[in-house]
Amino acid sequence: MTKERRQILIFLFFAAAVLVIPFFLKGSYFLNVLVFIGINTMLAVALNLLLGYAGQISLGHAAFFGLGAYISGILTTRFPVDPWLAMMLAGFCAAGLAFVIGFPILKLKGHYLAMATLGFGIIMYIIFNETVGWTGGPSGLSSIPNLHIGSLFFDNDWNNYYLIWIFTLGIMLLSINLSQSRIGRALRAIHDSEVAARVMGVNVRILKVQIFTVSALLSAVAGSLYAHTMTFISPVAFGFNFSVELVTMVIIGGLGSIYGSFLGAAILTLLPELLRVFQDFDIVIYGLMLILITMFMPGGLISGIETLAKFVVSRIRGKQSNA
Amino acid sequence: MLRLDGINKIFGGLTALEDVSLSVTRGSITGIIGPNGAGKTTLFNIVTGLYTQTSGQVYLGEKNISLFAPERLAGLGLVRTFQNVELFGQMTVLENAMVGLHTRSKSGIFSCAFKIPSQIREEKYIKEKGLKWLEFTGLADLADLTACNLPFGKGRLLEISRALAVEPQIILMDEPAAGLNSRETVELASLIRRIKELGITVVLVEHDMELVMDICESIIVLNLGKKLAQGTPREIQENPAVISAYLGEG
Repeated sequence: MTKERRQILIFLFFAAAVLVIPFFLKGSYFLNVLVFIGINTMLAVALNLLLGYAGQISLGHAAFFGLGAYISGILTTRFPVDPWLAMMLAGFCAAGLAFVIGFPILKLKGHYLAMATLGFGIIMYIIFNETVGWTGGPSGLSSIPNLHIGSLFFDNDWNNYYLIWIFTLGIMLLSINLSQSRIGRALRAIHDSEVAARVMGVNVRILKVQIFTVSALLSAVAGSLYAHTMTFISPVAFGFNFSVELVTMVIIGGLGSIYGSFLGAAILTLLPELLRVFQDFDIVIYGLMLILITMFMPGGLISGIETLAKFVVSRIRGKQSNA
Repeated sequence: MLRLDGINKIFGGLTALEDVSLSVTRGSITGIIGPNGAGKTTLFNIVTGLYTQTSGQVYLGEKNISLFAPERLAGLGLVRTFQNVELFGQMTVLENAMVGLHTRSKSGIFSCAFKIPSQIREEKYIKEKGLKWLEFTGLADLADLTACNLPFGKGRLLEISRALAVEPQIILMDEPAAGLNSRETVELASLIRRIKELGITVVLVEHDMELVMDICESIIVLNLGKKLAQGTPREIQENPAVISAYLGEG
């Protein structure tokens, strides 16, 4: 089986699993959790394109998520704009903003880039909080209309699940395609040796801005979906803590792995649910996980799983050849 | 082919290169030699756009490329390799070679994400060409290995394969024999000759005199940032100024 075939099969298997899971779940609680996992997966995949592939950190990605949510929310509550159109505009605006700030910001490297994106995230958070007339400020923006196709309204858990996950699967597929193309290779080349990438003709400066823009676009679409499925948004969801949580998802799951981003998103969405008993100590457990994984599994959980799978397969093959 | 005209490079108060002019003939193998600190690598960095010269011009053919960035030079067919081997360590050997075809392909972000038919065809072409260059340098068997696991000598070959995948007119190699054992050096010499046979101009900075005298048709000697001499290996070996620069005035 060629590598490409195997990858198509893995994706189909994953997609099929996603599509049938709701039939085995009882109650809306789990569906709701899965909707959040879907949204976080989109965000983690978007950030992974920047952080895992191109190796450029952003500590302000929650801002693009929030921007998408607020543009969509404001356009549909204060103006008679169709939610789908609002989603597109949200994507375009976030991408436009990323493109404009990307040129100066992405000239920075390492800690300086982290500081600049952090600053951007904080500025956006302040804007969400302070422009009360538009965003509703700290008390939030409510009664955002649901998305609908004709008479099919995405206003219950079941429909929301499929809405979110079709977008998530789409974004995952596009990102997988991208990662295995000349652009994906150029991004990883930047990650490994910027100078060699340049000598090979990769326009590092433009490509970084492009992938930053795409990443912001995808995050804003996720934000718009979030606004229209939750129907209520407030700044807390788009602050610095969430930016850090996104970075944690990408690293825990596996830098440069799309399924890893899903895994990271799933774990960081489920953990708070499981760790409710520990109350405020959950942050300690996140920190511990991050330390342990970067120390012992630098490729993230997904690489751990791959190693395990290879080990099991080789053991089975070994037994067959012995018999 | 490649012509440098009055290159000066001053770092702070230190003059690294002073009025260096030289020319490289198309299709030749040219060696640049000189004691440590002579400015050889600085010269390479200026030609390949990594440094900006304080003054002076660089021409590739008739084109003035003095202020061109490296990514633009690759498109014009000028590539280089590095003294310390700059591989894309986390990528496979084949993927490294495939990055070399970046300027020979053009699918953008959206055609790649949506896998449009022309992108699929292009991807196939990139893979075939990448493999072809790995065969040329004898690395085809290692295509699926992660590049950081390659032994040093093979890494150097991969760097050369990747540079060849750019389909350059001219390739600049910074100390290609550094760190190689004697057998690998002999293989490198024959590889460089085969590259020349492809019609590619080769310029190398090298300390291994045996290699330089063996394969180079023309040698340029730098000393203390100035060009000391240019000529055939025999002329250089007999040049008194070169001898005194290497052995001291003594």
